[in-house]
Amino acid sequence: MKTKPRRPPAAKLLPKCPTGIQGLDEITGGGLPRGRPTLVCGSAGCGKTLLAAEFLVRGAVQFNEPGVLLAFEETEAELTANVASLGFDLAGLVRKKMIVLDYVHLERSEVQDTGEYDLEGLFVRLNHAIDSIGAKRVVLDTLEVLFASLPNETMLRAELRRLFRWLKDKGVTAVITAERGRESLTRHGLEEYVSDCVILLDHRIYDQVATRHLRVVKYRGALHGTNEFPFLIGADGISVLPITSLALNHRASSARIGTGIPRLDAMLGGRGFYRGSSILLTGTSGTGKSIIASNFAQAAGRRGEHVLYFSFEESPDQIIRNMHSIGLRLAPLVKRGLLRIHSARPSLYGLEMHLATMFKEIATFNPRVVIVDPITSLMDLGTPSEGKGMVTRLIDYLKAGEITSLFTSLTQGGAVPQQTESTMASLMDAWLLLQDFEGNGERNRVLYVLKARGMAHSNQIREFLISNHGIDVVDAYIGPSGVLTGSARVAQSSLEKAALLSGQQESARRKREIERKRTAIERQISGLRSDYESEAVELRRIDEQVGTSTLMLSTERAASGRLRQADAKAAAARPGRKKG
Amino acid sequence: MKAKPVKRRAPPWQLRLYVMDQTPRSVAAFANLKRLCEAHLKGRYRITVIDLLRHPHLAKGDQILAIPTVVRRLPSPVRTLIGTLANTAHALVGLDLRPAD
Repeated sequence: MKTKPRRPPAAKLLPKCPTGIQGLDEITGGGLPRGRPTLVCGSAGCGKTLLAAEFLVRGAVQFNEPGVLLAFEETEAELTANVASLGFDLAGLVRKKMIVLDYVHLERSEVQDTGEYDLEGLFVRLNHAIDSIGAKRVVLDTLEVLFASLPNETMLRAELRRLFRWLKDKGVTAVITAERGRESLTRHGLEEYVSDCVILLDHRIYDQVATRHLRVVKYRGALHGTNEFPFLIGADGISVLPITSLALNHRASSARIGTGIPRLDAMLGGRGFYRGSSILLTGTSGTGKSIIASNFAQAAGRRGEHVLYFSFEESPDQIIRNMHSIGLRLAPLVKRGLLRIHSARPSLYGLEMHLATMFKEIATFNPRVVIVDPITSLMDLGTPSEGKGMVTRLIDYLKAGEITSLFTSLTQGGAVPQQTESTMASLMDAWLLLQDFEGNGERNRVLYVLKARGMAHSNQIREFLISNHGIDVVDAYIGPSGVLTGSARVAQSSLEKAALLSGQQESARRKREIERKRTAIERQISGLRSDYESEAVELRRIDEQVGTSTLMLSTERAASGRLRQADAKAAAARPGRKKG
Repeated sequence: MKAKPVKRRAPPWQLRLYVMDQTPRSVAAFANLKRLCEAHLKGRYRITVIDLLRHPHLAKGDQILAIPTVVRRLPSPVRTLIGTLANTAHALVGLDLRPAD
């Protein structure tokens, strides 16, 4: 048994400064260390300046903490324009005196070194800027410019040391940006001065698609996730997508929703899928996955629920047209705003961007049902573990909102489906398999319920037919030669009908036979019985006779006996008494 | 501290010296600057001393980072010199004054 280490009672956790950046506060356990400098390093174009700027802007707007941005690379105008793409109004905040922008211009060629000096001017400017609005947050972007512009490196490093001490004394939470170095973390070794918290940004290309990653390399005095987290720069700022922040504790509903195909509901314990469950629909190309998904969508729409359909293969119009041909009316649902179809090619952007887009759509549209058709085209965008991570995050997000999700998955034919889908299938609550059954010169579609957590489900194969009035799920015939579908099934069913008919006729005939036999035997029995009766009467009569004569005989004997005794008494009385 | 008014037709040199209070470096910079100007620009210069301790907001205008700094505003182009001006040769090069001038 483990004993917890005893903590000193006065120990407090390091106070944190919330950044307001989505996901970053979760990874850092509350934000950046308050009153300390944080180093943000990364190569060019990683988003360091944007991260720092968002830190300031959100500090001003969300947490009412004014901030100072000392910029060494971009002018105030350039910064304002660059940050406007994230939806941040830097100029407005400057006007409201919530943010001070100070562009520090330093050009090596314009400056002549003539003797000893220090960087007190920088301190003066920074101090003045902080005091002018009472700033609590400071961004220095990027100090490395000083190394390029100032010749005296020893003095520079000494002054930097002084600067960071000064920042700590001033009590501001500072974010310092720096360029990534080749051997060291930063090009000029800034990490020796800023060692309370270090965040590394990365911009990687995998299979022609770029993804950004963020990693908290160091966070002194606090627990933090050390993993790499993908992040996006979107229309309203940076969002870090932490995988591990979603705990597995969502509520499970017991309500059931129908699939829109009554026989399929019957296979699922009679009532359909659980609300909030995740459903996987696997099949090779052309087996009807989208059709079942659309049925599901239509059923939900008819219940008045919002449905979000993410398609990675077809445009919304194409889906509506195709489904119309089999009797599914999706267009009215779209018009009423119940169904929204969102189509995008998988290669449009990276995995993380797809996920973020989906999250945003879900957050704005608020659906009860989400369909992703197919999920495999998204999973192909990254490594298998990244794909699984993405699906996990998506499912967790949906389950947290009790949103039922249906994922269609395209498999290659020939392989055993359980093998190819094992990564994803374990995440799903229900798994339907659609297969093509080839035989007898035709291909027929069959459906299995491979798993359905929490309910009794049919384990039998069913055939499903698609006509222009929708889907029909019928029993596939399972005969001694195997499963029969399509025309073979029809042939078999008529054969069996004929057999049934002849069987019925046979049994009718046998019944008649038995009836006939029964009557014959009964006749026999009655004949025998009457014989027996007459004999019995005769026997009784004889019996009576015998009885009477026996009685008479015995009575006579008794009488004569008495007589004889009387005789004997009389004889004994006369001769005299004998001693006896 | 102002020098004598200009006599020649060329406008006088405008020099700004940014200092931080009366630190030894600041004092030395002023002394050196005065000496240089007297030697090379006699009668046609004007030094303005700006104490950033009293006027911190003025550091931004001339992009002052180092202390002490001398900024030659006129004649253009603007030249910036950082340091105490102890290195006379560098100072002259920085001010664009030839030693023989």
